[in-house]
Order: sequence, then C-alpha cells, then structure tokens
Amino acid sequence: MSDERSDEALRLEGIGKTFGTFVAVADIDLAIRRGEFVCFLGPSGCGKTTLLRIIAGLERQTSGRVIQNGRDVSVLPPAARDYGIVFQSYALFPNLTVAQNVAYGLVSRRRAKAETAARVAELLALVGLPDAGSKYPGQCSGGQQQRIALARALATSPGLLLLDEPLSALDAKVRERLRGEIRMLQKRLGVTTVMVTHDQEEALSMADRIVVMNHGRVEQCGSPQEVYERAASPFVATFLGRVNVLPAAALGAGRYRVGTTELALRADGFSPGEAVKIYLRPEDRHIEGDVAAMPNYLAGRVSRIDYLGTFCLAEIACPALGQSVAISMSLNQLHDLGVREGAPFGFALRDERVRVFRA
Amino acid sequence: MPATTAAVTAAAAPGASQWREALAARGGLVLLASALFVFLTLPLAMILVRSFQDKDGAFAGLVNFVRYVQTPALAQSTWNTLTFALLATSIVVPLAFVFAYAIQRSCIPLKGLWRSIALLPILAPSLLAALSFIYLFGNQGLFKALLPWFGLKEIYGLAGMVLAMAFSAFPHAVMILLAALSLSDARLYEAADAMGATRLRKFLTITLPGAKYGLISAAMVVFTMAVSEFGVPKVIGGNYPVLAIDIYKQVIGQQNFQMGAVVSLVLLVPAVLAFAIDSVVQRRQKALVGARSVPYAPRPARGRDAVLLAFVLVVSAYLLLVIGMAAYGSVVKFWPYNLSLTLDHYRYGFEEAGVEHAYRNSLVMATLCAMFGAAVTFAGAYWVEKTRGADALRPVIRFQAMLPMAVPGMVLGIGYILFFNHPANPLTFLYGTMAILVLSTVVHFYSSSHLTAVTALKQLDSEFESVSASLKVPFYRTFRRVTVPVCLPTVIDLSRYYFVNAMTTISAVVFLYSPKTTLASISILHMDEAGALGPASAMATLIVGTSAVVTVLSLFAESMLLRRTQAWRRTGSNR
Repeated sequence: MSDERSDEALRLEGIGKTFGTFVAVADIDLAIRRGEFVCFLGPSGCGKTTLLRIIAGLERQTSGRVIQNGRDVSVLPPAARDYGIVFQSYALFPNLTVAQNVAYGLVSRRRAKAETAARVAELLALVGLPDAGSKYPGQCSGGQQQRIALARALATSPGLLLLDEPLSALDAKVRERLRGEIRMLQKRLGVTTVMVTHDQEEALSMADRIVVMNHGRVEQCGSPQEVYERAASPFVATFLGRVNVLPAAALGAGRYRVGTTELALRADGFSPGEAVKIYLRPEDRHIEGDVAAMPNYLAGRVSRIDYLGTFCLAEIACPALGQSVAISMSLNQLHDLGVREGAPFGFALRDERVRVFRA
Repeated sequence: MPATTAAVTAAAAPGASQWREALAARGGLVLLASALFVFLTLPLAMILVRSFQDKDGAFAGLVNFVRYVQTPALAQSTWNTLTFALLATSIVVPLAFVFAYAIQRSCIPLKGLWRSIALLPILAPSLLAALSFIYLFGNQGLFKALLPWFGLKEIYGLAGMVLAMAFSAFPHAVMILLAALSLSDARLYEAADAMGATRLRKFLTITLPGAKYGLISAAMVVFTMAVSEFGVPKVIGGNYPVLAIDIYKQVIGQQNFQMGAVVSLVLLVPAVLAFAIDSVVQRRQKALVGARSVPYAPRPARGRDAVLLAFVLVVSAYLLLVIGMAAYGSVVKFWPYNLSLTLDHYRYGFEEAGVEHAYRNSLVMATLCAMFGAAVTFAGAYWVEKTRGADALRPVIRFQAMLPMAVPGMVLGIGYILFFNHPANPLTFLYGTMAILVLSTVVHFYSSSHLTAVTALKQLDSEFESVSASLKVPFYRTFRRVTVPVCLPTVIDLSRYYFVNAMTTISAVVFLYSPKTTLASISILHMDEAGALGPASAMATLIVGTSAVVTVLSLFAESMLLRRTQAWRRTGSNR
C-alpha cells in the first residue's frame, strides 16, 4: 500500500444509487484524507444525504464500493462499520438521561462502571456541558441537545464522524456559535468528518473541502476558496454566494462582447462567436482609486441599495451592458464614495476573478 | 483519552454479535409471518378449499354454491343481513355524528362524562343490549303494550336487532367521528366568517367535507360489525335469519361444514368490500390537515348548545338505560311479576349452572390475551417497522396484519374448525384447548392493535435504530431500553383492548370452546337458549363489571407507572 493510500480515511469508488427509475446518486468517486473535514453541499434532493447514508451503511448503494481505512465495507451492516453519527433530529433517547445517552455505546462494551462514568464526564466537558449529565434531553435547549448528540457520537472514539444537517434545526445565533465549536472540536480530536448541509455559509466556514452536488452528481470538489473563487460550473457559481450573470459573445483571445461594450478577461478558451455567460460576483470589482482609467471600466447609475448589515449591495444600471449588476461595498465605502440612489457610479471588473461558461 | 483502546474494540467487535443481530431481526420476521400464516391465512384458505368439496372431502366443483343459491331460506338470509346492516348503519352513523359534533364543536358542559358514557358499550358483550330489549319489550316486557304504536307486533326480529346493534356499534362510530371532527383548521372558519358565511353554509362547506372520510369510515365499520354480528340476532333475532346465524346452524346444528364454508364466503364479500372502501378512504384522509393548521376552538352559542345538550342527554340516557336494564333485570326476582330485589340469579349461575367455571375461564383467557396479545402485537409492529433485512417479508406481514379487520369472527371461527380439526393437521392437539381460544381472539383483534402499535412507533424518531447501529448496540437492546419504556402507555392500552374484547367476544370462540374451556360470554347464550333470562343478564352484568373494573384499574396503574418511571415525560418537549 502506498503512503498516499495509508493517509486515506475513506474512499468512494463509482458510488451510484437509484430508487426505481430515479437516480439519487450517480457514479461518485471521492477520497477523504485522515483528519479532513469534508462538506457535502447542495440543494435538497441533490443526493447528499443519500451519499452520507451509503457511507453509514444505512442505505445500500446500487453500484460502487465504499472503502474505509483500506477495508472494503461496501456490504457491511452499519454496526460493522466504524463511525459516529449526528442526525438533524439528534435522535436522543428521551427516556434516558444525558449521561446515559452519551454512555449508550460504551455500556455495550462492558467497560468498568467507573471507566464509563469518567469517559462520559470527559465527553460532556469536551462539548461544554459538564453539569448536564443528570438531566433529560427534554430539559435541554436545542443547542445543548445538538452537543449531547455530538458527545454520544464521539464517545466510542470513532475513526469517522458523520454529521447530517446537524445545525439546521437551530436558531441562527446558536447555529453560528456551534459552527465554530464543532470545527474547533474536530481539529482538536483530529477526527475525519463528513458533514451534509444545504447551507453554503456553513460549508464555507467549516470545511477543509467542499463537495458541491447537484442532481446526484459532484459539480465541484475543492477548498472553500477554490469553489467560491474558481467555480467549475454555472451551478456552483450560482449556488455559492451571489452572482451577476451577463449573456455575452466570445470574440476570442479572452475578449467578450456584452451589450454595446467589450470586456477583456483572464478566462479564455472559447472560439469567436460562441455564446457564453459571464459570472460576475458583486465583489469582483474595483471601486476605489482612479477606476475610470482601469481596463474593463463600466459606468452607470445607482438604481437601488440593499443594506445587509456590515455591507450593502448597490444595484447599478449600466447602459453599456444593457442590464443592471449588483456591486457590493462596505458601509464606509458607501459613505466615502457618496453612493446613493440616482447617483452616477463607475467601477472596473477584476478581470482575474470573473468566470465565463458556455451559454 | 482512551481513544486507541476504544477504536480497537470497535474494530474487533463485529462478528458474533452482528450475526446474532441479523438473526434476531430476520428470525423475528420469519416467526411473525409464519404465525400469521398458520393462524390466519391457512384457516381462511381452508374455508375456500372446503367450499369446493363434498361431505367426504372429494372435489365437488360448484355443487355447494349451486345448492346455496337454490335454498330459498339461505338466499333470504343474505338480503336480511344486508337490510339489517344498512338499517343499523343509517341509524348509528348520524346519531354518532351529532354526538361527536356536540363534544368537539360546541360548548356543552361535562364533555368528559358524555364521552365516557358513549364508550361504555365497549365493555359489554353485544347481546347484553338484546337481553335488555327483551326485558323492556319482550314477551314479558314492561312496555310491550307500546309496540303497536310503532307498527310492531313483537320486538323479536329486525326491530330488536337494530335497536341492540345501535347500542353496541355506537362507541365504535363515535370514536372515529370524534377523531375526524378533532381535525379541523380554525383558519378556514375565520376565513368564512370574514366573508360573512352563515352557520349553515360553514357547516355544509367546511365541517361536513372535513368529516367526510370519518363518516365513510364510521359507516363501513358499523356496516361490517352488523353484517358479522352473531350475538344480537341469536338472542333477539326471532324468525329473522341472518348469515351469521346460518353459519352457526349449518356447522353446529347440522354439521354441514361445506355449506358453512360457502355461507362464510358469502358473508366475507360485504365485509371485504367495506374494508376495501375504508382503506382507500383512510389513505386519502392523511393529506387533509396540514402541519400548520390551527385547531378550532368552539365558542358558546346558546341555542345550538342547548339543542345539542338535549340530544346528548337523550342518547346517553338510551345507553345507560340499556346497561341499567340488564343490570336491574339481573337482580329482580321474577320479571315482571315480582320486582323485589335478589341475588338469586347470580347464585343460580354460580351454584347450579356451572357458570362459575365459565367466568373463571373467561378471566384466564382475557388475561392471557392481554399479556400475550399486547406483547406479540407490539413486538411484531416493531420488527416490521424498525428492523433491517428480509425486506420481502414486510409487505406480506403488513397485509396479513390488516386481514383480520375484513374477516368476521364467525368466518375466522369456521376457518379454525376446518383447519385445526383436519385429521392431517399436526396442530390438532390445539383443538378444544384454552390456547386456541387465546390464539383466535388475538388474531381476531389483531388489526386495530397492530395499527395502534404502528402509529405509536411512527411517532418515535426514525433514527433511533441508526444511532444504535452506529454505536454498535444491537437493535433489540434499544427496543428494550428505549422503545418499550417510551411506548409503555401504548402497550398498556393494547393489553386493555385485548382484555375487554376477550371478555365480551362470542363470534369466533363460539365454534372453538370445549366443555372444559367454555366462556362467560358463551354461557349467556346457553342460559338465554334455556330461557333463563335472569341468570343470562347476571352474567352479562358481571362481564360489564369486570371489564369496567379492569379498565379503571389499568388506567390507574398506568398513571401510577408513568409517574414513577417516566420522569422524562414531564420535562416539556421531547423530540
């Protein structure tokens, strides 16, 4: 076995799953390194949960293999695999105390009572609930229940942690706090983790690597920065973050005609005359300094401003483009540049960021 | 952190324990499927086989069916049965609807009391009502003179049957309609109010359509009950033969098993039809109320509430009168000539007619049904809904679990005789034992128990078993540590349901008891046949009393148990 392989915690080879004629997951290959935090991200029905359940052995794949730590577990029942899991509902046993819940997988291994109790205390301290042991799950808040479920999943020190939308049942504030806590805990324990989520912010802020899925297929797999900045497909570009879509015609050599103007971008590889779409994120622009002198300068008028907390989106009607584009800026920039509805506004594209796809 | 040791244990654990778990999951399903097959499907299949055979067991083609059609008396019973069932349905369902409406949609006082009274008939064998009407309007009836006012010569026959049936079917219809009327969306009524709809318009356009499926369901249940009813026509049917009586006469009276089989099949047709309609309706019902609907809270309306209260009072009085008449009759010295009170009828039954023995048998059988039935039903539902593997068996079990609902008790009883009395059957040793009474009763009442258990199980988080598997805890340990404790109230409800039904049932067991295992409900039949109306009422009253005491005790035990072992329930939301 090569060194590269021994560093691998989980490998999926050609995984496919069909329900009747419906293809839930199609031919997925993926290798996950030891200690890595991987997110399956996609809209509902994209097959991300099915893929997680296949890894857990809760669904049986129609084709392909699951290899964990070099061992083929494709046909093993869930109990014969090595993982801990947290479900969206947490599935805490309501009639058992928090401590009994956490100890659930330990008791079955016939450890000494004192040893089990010590391990439970350790785990509850780990998730920040040292005093919750004697409570029942029903007496705990949603965020606490989530952490109890996490402690229960980690109790047997599994080699793999599976998280199925673990935060989506929580309030926005709690969710944001727990994101950081789970990520820190995962790094500290070094446990390989696969999380399923439909929340792009969650994926971007927590994962080492994001697997963006759509219609049962992997659209792109890469670090948060990669998938955000260098989207591999129109789907990825629109699913993650905001994006302006500009229909254009390729002129060759990285030049494109949009409306009545021409843009020169880094993206290339289209034959002249080909119809394309330019994907422009609100922040892929220069707005400060002498922007009028920069290449790909566009001028227009502010038609609307949406305040979104620390920053805002200004909608600029550009006559040259024949459409409006949303441009983001901080509130300070908004103030300093005198941006207000009806005022003229100019900006230059960051040609190295803008993505172009075939229409 | 002892991470490494745990990881090693985890890797080493699979093997024996996994094998055991897979065996337990599949073994449980195989066991349940075969038990249902042997104790339900095969006996029913035997009826079909036997209907095509002659007296000696040789293939006879359609000879039996031809003879059935050519026997005018038998064909007449079919029409009688349908007339009786349709009449009972069209009386019980509207009454039950208004009753349920009064409880769910008006502001009458003492709703809990009316609800309990409406459910009382469940505690009584159906022929108790027949006995009461004989006291009231029978040959020695107190109000016999009133009969001509209603154009009746005597109470024996269709009129008496419908009156008695109305009593025993009432709670079943009321339960369904109470549930149907509890599902309502207040927002619809608010919208209607905003648009200025009249009360009648709201009733016709919102209430009635909303309860439509409940009404159909209730109608099918009452219809099926009436079609399969044996006790009521036996006691008060007079010269109005129905199919259930014909089966009894053919099999017990004439030992004509093949004709009994044919009549059973005829009886099965309307029952299966009603069942099919009901299950289609049930499937539609599900989508009716959204998760976001706001429950309707009735507001007082003087006129409406007064009318409904009067109605509820009349119906409650009727139900209490029926039970009370039987109880009163059982302590009256010589109805209707000597109305002094006495316990003679009870004493007679216990000392001279050997009825004490029957009563004790009933208690034993009901207790066995309660324990064994609840355990098998709940575990069976769990195995079907929550285990993994052997998936081909699940639909087979689900189908068989629903089958008893469509099979009248008489038909099941015939199937049991034909199957367990067959010389080639290695299980003939069961015939005439207590075991076969328990088995047939559990099977007879399996469907709604199974549904109750499935509903309770579906309210549990569907990932409990997945979590257990990930923690390497076998599912049967989770069943014992989590599922059973959480569903304990349901399990107790199931055993109470089995107990009460075992105390009152007649239809299936009437073919299966032996002199040693005769039952209280059957002894009522015998005493009535012997003209001993007083002792018959005494036994019927005793059954009601026993059922009532057990119901109250079990409710009390349930609440004590919940208080002691289920502290977690009082902690607000449990997900």
